[in-house]
Amino acid sequence: MLDSITFYFFAGVAVLSAALMVTRRNAVHSAVLLVTTLLATAGIFLQLRAEFIFITQIILYVGGIMVLFIFVIMLVRLDVALQHMRFRLQRWVALFVALALGVEITVVFLFARRLPGQGLLIQEPAPADKLPPNTEELARSLFSSYLLPFEIASVLLLVAMVGAVVMAKKRIDQ
Amino acid sequence: MISPAHYLFLSLALFLIGAIGVITRRNVIVVLMSIELILNAVNINLVAFSRIFGDVSGQVFALFIIADAAAEAAVGLGIIIAFFRNRETVFADEMDLLKW
Amino acid sequence: MTLPPSLEAILTFLQNWWVEIVCGVVIVAVVPLIAGYVVLVERKLMADMQARLGPMRVGPHGLLQPIADALKLLIKEDLIPDNADKLIFWLAPVISMVAAMTSMGAIAFGPTFQVARDINVGILFVIGVSSLGLLGIILGGWASNSHYSIIGAIRSTAQLVSYETAAGLAIVGALLLAGTLRIRAIVDAQQQLGVWFIFLTPVAFFIYLVASIAETNRAPFDLPEAESELVAGYMTEYSGFRWSLYFLGEYANMIVVGSVATTLFLGGWLRPFPNVHWLDWLDFLPPLIIAAVGVYCIYRAGKQPVEIQIWFMWAVALTCFAVAVIFAVPLFVTSLKFILPGLHGAFWFLLKVSGYIYLFMWLRFTLPRYRFDQLMHLGWYILIPLAIVNVLAIGVAMILESEFGWNRWFAALLTSLFTLGIAAFLVNLYDKRTAAASSPATAAARNPYAG
Repeated sequence: MLDSITFYFFAGVAVLSAALMVTRRNAVHSAVLLVTTLLATAGIFLQLRAEFIFITQIILYVGGIMVLFIFVIMLVRLDVALQHMRFRLQRWVALFVALALGVEITVVFLFARRLPGQGLLIQEPAPADKLPPNTEELARSLFSSYLLPFEIASVLLLVAMVGAVVMAKKRIDQ
Repeated sequence: MISPAHYLFLSLALFLIGAIGVITRRNVIVVLMSIELILNAVNINLVAFSRIFGDVSGQVFALFIIADAAAEAAVGLGIIIAFFRNRETVFADEMDLLKW
Repeated sequence: MTLPPSLEAILTFLQNWWVEIVCGVVIVAVVPLIAGYVVLVERKLMADMQARLGPMRVGPHGLLQPIADALKLLIKEDLIPDNADKLIFWLAPVISMVAAMTSMGAIAFGPTFQVARDINVGILFVIGVSSLGLLGIILGGWASNSHYSIIGAIRSTAQLVSYETAAGLAIVGALLLAGTLRIRAIVDAQQQLGVWFIFLTPVAFFIYLVASIAETNRAPFDLPEAESELVAGYMTEYSGFRWSLYFLGEYANMIVVGSVATTLFLGGWLRPFPNVHWLDWLDFLPPLIIAAVGVYCIYRAGKQPVEIQIWFMWAVALTCFAVAVIFAVPLFVTSLKFILPGLHGAFWFLLKVSGYIYLFMWLRFTLPRYRFDQLMHLGWYILIPLAIVNVLAIGVAMILESEFGWNRWFAALLTSLFTLGIAAFLVNLYDKRTAAASSPATAAARNPYAG
């Protein structure tokens, strides 16, 4: 019962703020709405008992990436009146693509359950209080089976840091 | 009561809204934000199925996606800043230097 | 009598969670009042260190000053700057305040007082959610549509982000010793080892102290909100109740940061020497300390100039004695012994947090302000490399103890000395750099009267 209420609440907030986010003219409003969407997604993670991903989403995505976005939006702030959607045709293309994709995935999912022996095997999830502690399980898996991707991710972050600094640095010789 | 279908449809909805945002918006920063939305939709899917199958690999993958999204946002915003410094614009239709 | 299922679900929810709900209500109701009185304590301490008396007019010895301040802020005119984004202008202080209060939800103020019932990622939750206050700062600075605000917000955000990294890495040092992220388990680990973690990793505590002063925008790191620098930084255009929300958020953040330091380094709700049984008489310290405060009030009562102040001092003394009796009763009555850990634990916890905040205030009134580039250099060049080296050193110390069988104290001492050596090296580098920048050669080049 509690699970249902939390899921519907967070899902509703996520979809509503995402829909608002892609339609705002003011980029800072879009950023704040994306923050709301990310917090609602973190709530979904918490509802799925994935506590470490929940807190990683809040620390990294909301506390790091969104602050970066808001900084850049402040830096490149242009007049709001210039922003109006000029692409009439593009809107219909986007809606058609979204509709096509949505219908396709829905059909795959709904029909897959009816074909015996084929399609998705979906079992009942384990009850919540019999789950192993999330952080310990994640750490055990991360440092044994997925150690190589972990090290590669750290190299990736280093490269991205160097790249971002080089990109955004002012060229003093020009 | 909350079946896996609920999570799949939520993830689908966020993915589609993100795709609409990427195709429709002029401001490339908002396009980048819509890409983050798409990545979040994928994360919800991964974590939901990790919970259903009891395998923590889904959450490990979601963790890597979050780290990767941070790196990509940093580099992407660096490129936008560099371009803005040269051309004074962040609108996709005005970035037409290579047009013949 | 069968209830409809939704009502039954609500009743089972309340049955399971009523303690946590009461704790949450207490936090939300009490923290603004406590923050107001922390401001009064700060003003009185500032006065004491500057050889004057501080607020004395409103109420006996100025004790009703926070109430007067709150009333003044509530009735002030609510100004919104021209061309400011109204929605975000309204939202920013709310984000700051909500982030600080929500992060208090996971802190355990005693072995039984905690809102989030021992969440798996306890400490990370507190750190992560309190870092959401950054959004409040940057949105507030931008929404004010004033250049002082934007520059103040950017400086403040840069400072917070840099020192957040240093604080997180310093915490990792203590978490390695605890072996878990859950808050109660961290304090239990300190009880099992029989020693507070500050004695095993003093360098990490020092790094966290400096980083947390910068995290809360306190002096000597208060460049973003110092009056002589940027008017009031991101808070410039905020007046009345909105400003008080920012202010309360800042002081609530101070309490959060103090609680994290107490849980990780100062033994949480444990008394000094928790495992040593011949020191069990230390259990009598809480009522004795409170009774001593009462005795001091009686001593000062005779020296008051005005009669009502004599009555007031006697009233305070009698309250202290009553509280001391409440603390002492479970020690003697065996049937009430079960509330002993909760009651005395809360007392020790609050005492340590108060000590930490006292240290904050002491540093504020003593040290001059850091310049912004000095601040950034301290964060990135000195504290973060030092915190990383500290994590490596703690790891080495733990391996030396478990694999090679060294004495725990000897390994900790050796690695702490090594880390301090690295610290001395880094500070020496910084001194050489500033000395080179202001050496006689460059000074002559800059001298307008030379030649």
